[in-house]
Amino acid sequence: MNLTLKIWRQSGPKAKGEMVTYPVTDISEDMSFLEMLDVLNEQLNARGEEPIAFDSDCREGICGMCGLMISGKAHGPEVTTTCQLHMRSFSDGDEITIEPWRADAFPVIKDLVVDRGSFDRIIQAGGFISANTGSAPEAHSVPVPKPKADRAFMAAACIGCGACVAACPNASGMLFMGAKITHLGELPQGQPERDARVVNMVTQHDHEGFGGCTNIGECSSACPKEIPLDVINQLNKDLRGALMRGE
Amino acid sequence: MTTTSTTPSSPVPGLVHGVYAEGEPIRDTKAPAGPIDRRWNTRKFEASLVNPANRRKLSVIIVGTGLAGGAAAATLGEAGYQVKSFCYQDSPRRAHSIAAQGGINAAKNYKEDGDSVYRLFYDTVKGGDYRSRESNVYRLAEVSTNIIDQCVAQGVPFAREYGGLLDNRSFGGVQVSRTFYARGQTGQQLLIGAYQALERQVAAGTVEMFSRHEMLEVVVVDGQARGIIARDLVTGEIETHLADAVVLASGGYGNVFYLSTNAMGSNVTATWRAHRKGAHFANPCYTQIHPTCIPVAGEHQSKLTLMSESLRNDGRIWVPKNAADCEKDPRQIPEEDRDYYLERIYPSFGNLVPRDIASRQAKNVCDEGRGVGPKVGDFRRGVYLDFTDALKRMSAEAVAEKYGNLLDMYQRITGENPYEVPMRIYPAVHYTMGGLWVDYDLQSSIPGLFVTGEANFSDHGANRLGASALMQGLADGYFVLPHTIRDYLAKGPFPKLEESHEAVVEARASVDARVAKFLSINGDRSVDSFHKELGNIMWEFCGMERSEEGLLKAIDLIRGLRDEFWRNVKVLGSADTLNQSLEKAGRVADFLELGELMCIDALHRRESCGGHFRAESQTEDGEALRHDDEYAYVAAWEWGGQDGAPVLHKEDLVYEFVEMKQRSYK
Repeated sequence: MNLTLKIWRQSGPKAKGEMVTYPVTDISEDMSFLEMLDVLNEQLNARGEEPIAFDSDCREGICGMCGLMISGKAHGPEVTTTCQLHMRSFSDGDEITIEPWRADAFPVIKDLVVDRGSFDRIIQAGGFISANTGSAPEAHSVPVPKPKADRAFMAAACIGCGACVAACPNASGMLFMGAKITHLGELPQGQPERDARVVNMVTQHDHEGFGGCTNIGECSSACPKEIPLDVINQLNKDLRGALMRGE
Repeated sequence: MTTTSTTPSSPVPGLVHGVYAEGEPIRDTKAPAGPIDRRWNTRKFEASLVNPANRRKLSVIIVGTGLAGGAAAATLGEAGYQVKSFCYQDSPRRAHSIAAQGGINAAKNYKEDGDSVYRLFYDTVKGGDYRSRESNVYRLAEVSTNIIDQCVAQGVPFAREYGGLLDNRSFGGVQVSRTFYARGQTGQQLLIGAYQALERQVAAGTVEMFSRHEMLEVVVVDGQARGIIARDLVTGEIETHLADAVVLASGGYGNVFYLSTNAMGSNVTATWRAHRKGAHFANPCYTQIHPTCIPVAGEHQSKLTLMSESLRNDGRIWVPKNAADCEKDPRQIPEEDRDYYLERIYPSFGNLVPRDIASRQAKNVCDEGRGVGPKVGDFRRGVYLDFTDALKRMSAEAVAEKYGNLLDMYQRITGENPYEVPMRIYPAVHYTMGGLWVDYDLQSSIPGLFVTGEANFSDHGANRLGASALMQGLADGYFVLPHTIRDYLAKGPFPKLEESHEAVVEARASVDARVAKFLSINGDRSVDSFHKELGNIMWEFCGMERSEEGLLKAIDLIRGLRDEFWRNVKVLGSADTLNQSLEKAGRVADFLELGELMCIDALHRRESCGGHFRAESQTEDGEALRHDDEYAYVAAWEWGGQDGAPVLHKEDLVYEFVEMKQRSYK
C-alpha cells in the first residue's frame, strides 16, 4: 500500500519543530508500524537526510519504550503498543500523522523521542516496598488471598509507556500512579508504607507538571495493558485515608 | 585437538586452522574445595568484610539494569556503597529481562514432589550438556530459594492458589514443579521488583542513575578496572566515570544474528570492549535457538517474537510430505499427506523433544524444501503448529483459557486466526550461554571487573534450561556478587585516580576517535544493511548446524564485510545530539568482531553439545554426539590484538558429583 506520513521533526529539545510530509510506497500489511518507519529511515539515509528518531526496544509490547501519537491516538487505532501495531490496520492511500507524546512532563528530546524521567521520579518518591536484600522472611509465611494477588498482578502489568498521559486532555499521570498504588496496596507486604506512598507519589506527580484527573477515561481506553479506571478510585481513596490519618 | 588442511583464504602460519593460537590452560577458578554443599558458605565466610563506615568511601559502577544489574545496584546501594548505574534505555525498568515470559526456577519443593537443591543442581548440569561448572551451578540452586523470598517481600505478584500460597508449574522437560510464575510476564514482574528496589536507592542517594547512557570503553589502570567511558545518548557528550570496581551486567549478544528475540538495542559492546582490554570471552559459540517463534514475514523484519514453548504441549508440529503441497491451504492437505516429523522421528518424546532438537529438525525439513509460509530468499522458513486436534479434544474455551494470550499475540502479528488456520513457527536465536569468562567470584580476567547474568558464561554450559535465566540473573545480582565483590573492595582504599591519568586519557581518546571515524566515513551503505548481512552469514554458517567448511567460509565473509564496513558505512547526523544511527554503528562494529570469534570457537569445538551442533559430530541417526574425552573444557579466548589471532585458554571441567551421559530422546 502507499501512504502519506506527516511526521513531527524537531532537531533538539529547544529547537522549533514542524510537521514534515513523507510519502511511502510499497508498504506490506505484514509490517509492523515501526518496521514501516525503519523502511522510511533507510530511504532517508540513502538520500542523505537524517533518519527520524523514535524510541523502541523489545518490539514485543512489554518494555514500554515505544509510544507515538498516531493520527491523534496514543499507540494508534488498536488497543496495543506502537510496536505491536501492524500495517494491516491501515488502508492504501491513508494519510497518517505521527507525533511524540504531548505533555509538559514529557519534554521532547528529538523528533518523536520524549523524556519520561518524571515517571521514574514518581516511583522514587514511594513506588516500592522497603525490603533490603536478605531480610525477607520465608515466602509462604504470609499467604495472599488469590483475588488480591490477581488484582495486584492486573495493576502491576503497567509498562510505564506513558500512553495514559498522552491520551489525557489534562496530561495527568493518575492511571500510571493508580496502577502502582493498587499493585502494592493489594498486598500485605505493601501495607506498612501505604499512606506515605500515596502522599509522596502524588506530591511528586504534581511537582513534575502532570495535570489532575477529571474522570474522562481516555487514559484507560488508550492503555495497551487495559489497566482499568478504578485504580484511580483506589488512589483517591488511599489518598483521602492517608490525609485523614495525618500523613 | 583435530586439525585439518582446510584453512581460510589467508591463513596465518603457525596457527591452528590458520585462525587461532593456543595458550596456557586456566588451572584455578577460585572455587573452594570440599563437599559441594559447603563451598558457597566457605567462600562467604572467607570473603573479607568491609566496615559499614568504610563502604560509603568505596564506589562501584554497574552497567546494565536488568535482573543481574538492577538487583546488584539495589543491593550494593542498600549495603552503603556508592553506586553508579548505567543503562542505554530511557529508564532502568526497560532492560530486556522484562521480556522473559515463562517463569523462574527455585528448589522450594512446595509441591513435595521430590525436588531439592541437589536435584535442581543435577538437572541444570545435565541440561547444560555437561559443559558447566559444578561449583557454580550448585551455588545457583542453593540461592534459588532466597530469590523467591526476596521477590515476594518486594511485592512481586506471583501466581497463587486459592489458599493464598504460591503456585508452581513444571517447565522445560523436568519432572518436578519448581517454576514460579506471574502469568506470561514473569520477567516483567521480577524486573519491576528489582527496578523499584533500585529507585528506592536512587531516592536514598546511594545509587546515581545514568539512563540513556552507553558504555563505550572500560578504563584499566595498572591492570585493574577503574572506570568506564560512556556516551550520554541525549547530548552526545563523552563522559569519564571512575570507581573502585566495575560490574558488567549488560546481557547477551544474540543480536549478532540481526534477527533474534532480543530487544533492538541489546548489544555486545560493553563486554566486547572489556574483552579487547584483556577479559577472556568464554564459549562464544554457545547460542540457544528457540523452536517456537513467529516466522520471518519478509525482508523488512526487524526482530522475532517468541511464543512460550508450552504450546508444544497441545499443538502438533507438521509439514507437508510433498514439497508440491507447501503453497496449499493447510486445511486442504489430507492427513495422509502430512508429516508429523517430530512424532515420527522421536516416538517417545514426540513434539516435546528439547529445544535444540526441535529447532534443528524444523530447519532440516525446510532445507528439504518442505517449509511453509512466505518465501524469504529461496526458502519457505516455517512449519505448522496445529491446534486442530486440541480444539476437538478440549473445546475452544479450554484452549483459550490455557493459551489465549499467546494465540491472540500470534493473530495480532500475523493477521491469521490460529483457532481456524494452523499457526506457523520457526526457530529463532533467543539466548547466549557464552559470555565473558569469570571465576567463582564472578570476576573476569581483569581484576576489579565483575560480570553477572547473561553477560557472563558461567552457569548454563552449552544449553540453558527454561526458567533458569531469571534465576541466574537474580542469583548473581542479589546474592552472589554482593558477597564476592566485597572481598575485592575490602582491599581498598584504592589509589586516587585522576581523569588526567594516562590510561584514562587514552581510553577517552579512543572513544572520541571512534565516534569521529563513524561520522567521517560517509560511504554508501546504512549500518542496518551491514548488520543484516552479518546476521545472514551467522545464521547460515554459525546457526543451528555448523560445519568446518561453512565456518571457514563464514570467517572469510565476515572479514570482508568488516573491511567494507570501515570503508563504506554511512552514518549521518552529528555526535553532539541524539543520533540513533551512530549508536547502532558502534554496536554493529563490535558484532563484526564478535561474529568472527564465535565462528572460530565453533570451528575449534569439533563436537556437538547443547546448542552447538557440528555436522561432523553426529550419530548414525543424525543426533548430537559429544566428545567428553577431548572437549570437556571451557574455551576462554584472549583477544589477540587488532591484527592478531585469538588465543585459546582451556579450563578443564571436572565432574565430581554428576556422571556425564549422552542424551537420548528416541
